[in-house]
Amino acid sequence: MSDPKIEGFELKPGFKGMASDTGSDQTMFKGVHWGKAMMWIFLLSDTFVFSCFLISYMKGRASTPVEWPNPSEVFALDAFGVPVPLLLIAIMTFVLITSSGTMALAVKYGYEKNKKMCGWLVLATALGGLTFVGMQVFEWSKLIHEGVRPWGNPFGAAQFGSFFFMITGFHGFHVSIGVIFLFIYAYKVFAGHYENGGKRGWFTTMRGDYVEIEILGLYWHFVDLVWVFIFAFFYLW
Amino acid sequence: MEETKKKEEPGSTHKIGIYLWIWGLLFVLSFFSYLVDWYQFQGMLRWSLILFFMFLKAGLIMAFFMHLFWERYALVNVLLWPMTAIACFVVLMVAEGKYTLFSRLFYFFVGGA
Repeated sequence: MSDPKIEGFELKPGFKGMASDTGSDQTMFKGVHWGKAMMWIFLLSDTFVFSCFLISYMKGRASTPVEWPNPSEVFALDAFGVPVPLLLIAIMTFVLITSSGTMALAVKYGYEKNKKMCGWLVLATALGGLTFVGMQVFEWSKLIHEGVRPWGNPFGAAQFGSFFFMITGFHGFHVSIGVIFLFIYAYKVFAGHYENGGKRGWFTTMRGDYVEIEILGLYWHFVDLVWVFIFAFFYLW
Repeated sequence: MEETKKKEEPGSTHKIGIYLWIWGLLFVLSFFSYLVDWYQFQGMLRWSLILFFMFLKAGLIMAFFMHLFWERYALVNVLLWPMTAIACFVVLMVAEGKYTLFSRLFYFFVGGA
């Protein structure tokens, strides 16, 4: 994570370090677990996919002469008889940030080999993610009842539905996969798969280590990160 | 074997305070970006506030929760330059979107004159 030390190789800081790391004729990402590097590369490619969706949404919305549905009204929710704009979305945002925070702490406690705290925090993260998905199901069914379809809706430009279902659906899919893995890893932490030198994982002879929690954390923070952009571009625009 | 293991171990963990600070900041920033909609700011003010809070939140998550602040530049640069390219793509498509809208209005409604 920080200040890795590699025998027989001088680690320089900054851009000089980048040049010597890259040209060292050996592993390029010094002190980074291979699984972490692979997760970053996966996340980068996932960034491209989400960017394609968001950019095509932006282009579609910017170039249509038809009035775009006002998200502040479409996503309003009645609280005690008063319509509150974006209420559900705001709660979803806070739930996701909460779960991101518990995940960050889980990674920290994992590296400190604090099995109990790490396990409970991963479990809390999973429950936060589950809550988020549940609220998204509620949001989708509400909009579908109101007649929003991928090919049209009663509020305005017909493209609205297809972009909405595609983007939030793809994000929700990521959250769902994340929740499944969070439950699996909560079990693995509690079962002590990372203790005493680590237990072997599935399909591999390599032994488990708490770095796996950081790798899982990277994925989970990425899901939160994407939501930051969806929140800004889809709901606040 | 002992040596390879040492390589993969992290140098140190960070104090809990930094995570709690970032966590709190993310809540506050999300609340502010929600207020942008609550008070129905419009125009350039709305856009600059939305983008400001968005980039601040994204930056905090990436830098501290995803530990990029502590990573070596070899990894950081591999990630940030492609994202910069995406940002350029966004700018191009904003311009393109405006042009498409102009052409539609001009040829469909004005008739091309």
